Amino acid sequence: MAMEDVTGRPSPKIGMRASPVVWARRNLFSSVGNTVLTLASLYLLWLAIPPVLDFTIFSAVWSGTTRDACLGPDKGACWPFIWANIGQFIYGRYPADEIWRVNVVFALGAVALVPALIPSAPAKRFNLIFLLIIYPLIALVLLAGDRPGLRPVPTSEWGGLLVTLVVALTGIVVSLPLGIVLALGRRSSMPAIRMLSVVFIEFWRGVPLITVLFMASVMLPLFLPEGMSPDNLLRCLVGVALFSSAYMAEVVRGGLQAIPAGQYEAARAVGLSYWRTMGLVVLPQALRHVIPGIVNTFIGLFKDTTLVLIVGIFDLLGQVRAQLSDPSWTVPQGALTAYVFAALVYWVFCFGMSQYSNFMERRLNTARER
Amino acid sequence: MKNPLVALIAGILIGAGGLYFFLPYDPLTLGGGAAQVSSAGAGDGAERASAGETLRRVRNRGFVQCGVSQGLPGFSSPDERGNWSGIDVDFCRALAAAIFGDPDKVRFRPLSAKDRFTALQSGEIDILSRNTTWTMSRDTQLGFDFIGVTYYDGQSFMVRKAAGIKSARDLAGGTICTETGTTTELNVADYFRSRGLSYKVLSFEKNEEALVAYDRGRCDAYTTDASGLYAQRLKLTDADANMVLDDVISKEPLGPAVRQGDPQWEDIARWTLNALLNAEELGITSGNVDEMLESDNPRVRRLLGREGAYGEAVGLRADWAVHAIRAVGNYGQMFERNVGTETPLGIKRGLNALWSDGGVQYAPPVR
Repeated sequence: MAMEDVTGRPSPKIGMRASPVVWARRNLFSSVGNTVLTLASLYLLWLAIPPVLDFTIFSAVWSGTTRDACLGPDKGACWPFIWANIGQFIYGRYPADEIWRVNVVFALGAVALVPALIPSAPAKRFNLIFLLIIYPLIALVLLAGDRPGLRPVPTSEWGGLLVTLVVALTGIVVSLPLGIVLALGRRSSMPAIRMLSVVFIEFWRGVPLITVLFMASVMLPLFLPEGMSPDNLLRCLVGVALFSSAYMAEVVRGGLQAIPAGQYEAARAVGLSYWRTMGLVVLPQALRHVIPGIVNTFIGLFKDTTLVLIVGIFDLLGQVRAQLSDPSWTVPQGALTAYVFAALVYWVFCFGMSQYSNFMERRLNTARER
Repeated sequence: MKNPLVALIAGILIGAGGLYFFLPYDPLTLGGGAAQVSSAGAGDGAERASAGETLRRVRNRGFVQCGVSQGLPGFSSPDERGNWSGIDVDFCRALAAAIFGDPDKVRFRPLSAKDRFTALQSGEIDILSRNTTWTMSRDTQLGFDFIGVTYYDGQSFMVRKAAGIKSARDLAGGTICTETGTTTELNVADYFRSRGLSYKVLSFEKNEEALVAYDRGRCDAYTTDASGLYAQRLKLTDADANMVLDDVISKEPLGPAVRQGDPQWEDIARWTLNALLNAEELGITSGNVDEMLESDNPRVRRLLGREGAYGEAVGLRADWAVHAIRAVGNYGQMFERNVGTETPLGIKRGLNALWSDGGVQYAPPVR
């Protein structure tokens, strides 16, 4: 576009103040080339958007209790199918009379997460300790049961959004600290630690996640004696966590590389030990640099969780596909509806994460805004 | 903490929480309980499936671990409340009822086509009831035994009713939609070439694409296994304007499989299926099984455990078949409930009718 200031970004002042017509003329129709591009884009949008809106909203079936409601010519998305199966999509095959436990875990997580995300909220340290250490233990006890007063619910009965969140959050919570340790290890001056970190990182980065999950789920039981093989979901969790921490290590290492040597030397000059140098001087700066990369890895991880589908664990997408096979809800547009729904759920989570990262970046980088 | 009382209370709370968390069981063997650990401790992992081993393990565990598909209409699919239904699922329920007297003592493990065999080999499941075609190579090379046929499937064609096509031969010169690189495509080639008929194939990477192409009229017929055709038909814009031909051009006997080497477990599974088939032949249903206990018919009495010791011979109780039939009904009831003409799938019995009704379902007698 034409209106750019010397820094190379569109000048916000001109865009904000001008009337829409003037703004459009300046930004969209400033030259023959721009006009052609604008018109072509508008045409493409015109081609794409109305059919999507028509399918998902205007022609869509909104109410009904059986598949018959969605049958007939020119019917759009079959939303009653989603409403009817929403419990399955969220909880999977978790026993119906135990669902309160999942709800408690969800609610507790939300209650703890919201203040943790708001920078000005009090008791941050306690909040984080609760969220990262105590909450996962409570969630494990509540979800798995097998304690006095709680009926055990095997992980094969977990499913839907519950599994997606369990896998994604475990990966996120484990991969950041492990990734930082690995990144530091890779830059360590001690050869043994450096070699171990390099081998670990390069091994996990070199194998596809699908292979890891397959090995964990299909091959491992063949090697281990019968009855010894750990829970299927647990195997996948370990695989996902190790895999994502290798990626996280490289992201963090990128941040560490960006810290000038003077910072290390200054920290050492005032007498800080290695860990205090890292904890007080280097990492706070390094992590701030790589927030986009970290969140990128988180978002990628969140979407990669759908791969557990191939080892027979029903995450949100797997559950959506499983419900499609219910003959009492099989309709022509069923698959499309279900995938639109799944995409929407994933988008909400990923967009939320990316917006929060933008917010934190702006907040942390106020001194460096340029 | 400035206030020692607060610190004390917090300490007690945290300590109690920790105790609760670590006390009773190892959280990593979820749902396994003590039975699994002790059986592993006995070191019987090496001899995977010796005689009687499977039944003992199932009894210790308290439920049958049953491998099913991840969702196939009419065979195993979860409903809105997460209850599995279908022929494959019902067979496992019948098995659980025969062993425990309770059809709910079964857990379903949804398996993809790829990991189904490993799951059975490694002992993660006790029985694979997942619309698996019984072939010689699977029976002989994979270390499995198929215990019977729960559904005689075969490749067929779906055509538009208006086209007036009555048999596969009428498709000569027509275009057929199918998936690439599957045996489905090869079967079509074999069928038409061996009869010297001309045909065109329009093949697609995915099942869904092939179906959409058929729906839009790009081809005259769509081909896959008959059970799949009935399920796919529901996804067409006008299902009733289409029909599945009665002709079948390949043999796909679908049946449950168990690990080789445990004849007792194999017998239990095989005779549970045979019991359901015999029950239909003898007119025993889930509704009248209790009245039939008083029947004078010696065949009924033997099946229901009123005469002889047939259940004990395979390590079960005498009334094993009664529980299986009460749980899922006889084979005909199981078929009609899951895929029959009253369901959306609307599949006719065809080959799956009893031998006495023109089908090929034939169970050896209980004697």
